[in-house]
Amino acid sequence: MSNSDPAELPSGMSPARARSIRANALGIGVATGAYGISFGAISVASGMSAWQTQTLSLVMFTGASQFALVGVLGAGGGAVAAVVTAWLLGARNGLYALHMAPILRARGWRRLVAAQWTIDESTGMGISHEDEPTASRYAFFATGLSVYVLWNLGTLLGALGASSLDDPARFGLDAAIPAGFIALLWPRLRDRSSWAVAAAAAVVALALTPVTRPGVPVLASALVAFGAGWLLKGRR
Amino acid sequence: MWPAVLIGSLGAYLLKLAGFLVPPRVLDRPAVRVTAGFLPVALLAALVVVQTFADRQALAIDARLAGLAAAVIALLLRAPFLVVVLIAAITAALVRAMGVAS
Repeated sequence: MSNSDPAELPSGMSPARARSIRANALGIGVATGAYGISFGAISVASGMSAWQTQTLSLVMFTGASQFALVGVLGAGGGAVAAVVTAWLLGARNGLYALHMAPILRARGWRRLVAAQWTIDESTGMGISHEDEPTASRYAFFATGLSVYVLWNLGTLLGALGASSLDDPARFGLDAAIPAGFIALLWPRLRDRSSWAVAAAAAVVALALTPVTRPGVPVLASALVAFGAGWLLKGRR
Repeated sequence: MWPAVLIGSLGAYLLKLAGFLVPPRVLDRPAVRVTAGFLPVALLAALVVVQTFADRQALAIDARLAGLAAAVIALLLRAPFLVVVLIAAITAALVRAMGVAS
């Protein structure tokens, strides 16, 4: 790796630790790349072009928001509802950035790259090495690079694969969309309050479906999160 | 769809960048942190039910529900993401092929 690479081996970290971080980063990248394949296929099956699908993975680069944007558009929701849903889902990345900024101390173009790579996986790896700032930075950038490259490669494979299918519903790809969302939701159902929020949001969305435009029920469910956040702010 | 793709993508990037530019005390409050944790839970749960039961503005029970049930079983068995999605798609396709549901 060149000296200007943000993932260069920093001094003061043992080679064994750097090796283990690189192996973990690659493993996480391969797993996300596999789910990039499903995003590429689902996005094209929802009516996006392969170019639009790839642009989302290159520029938006935050899985849940990408799935939400193509899901809402594909279900007949308006562009505004799709975009706002994607932003609300991406808002957590801003808080990850807030947490990582003092550890990463990135300036100039490195800050622009660090921002783009601030997602669940890179932040999780960065936080798990917080005892040593150099290791934490290395873990963040190695995971960001690995996930960025493999997520985009997976997207390309999935988009090209789905483009060659004539009728996606026949292959059950419409059922893959809710499956993708529940797989993203699953690890977040950690305690009773998250289960309660999920159940209330599901009820709100179902109740509003017959009486509002597609896209609105999902957006309205965000109010459940705001309400629960306001109620529980002092207890966590 | 290009405006949604481009504006959505740019906004998502700016949300990430904002965390590097905004002074921490502006956003680092318990209410903001708890709400930010609940937002993906609420939106993803809503997306699950809408994508399973909604056919535009009508509610319907069809092969997608069988796919979702299969996905939940796969998640309980700790299957990885791609396997969960594949099992849901295959289940829905099989249910349709057998003529059990549309």
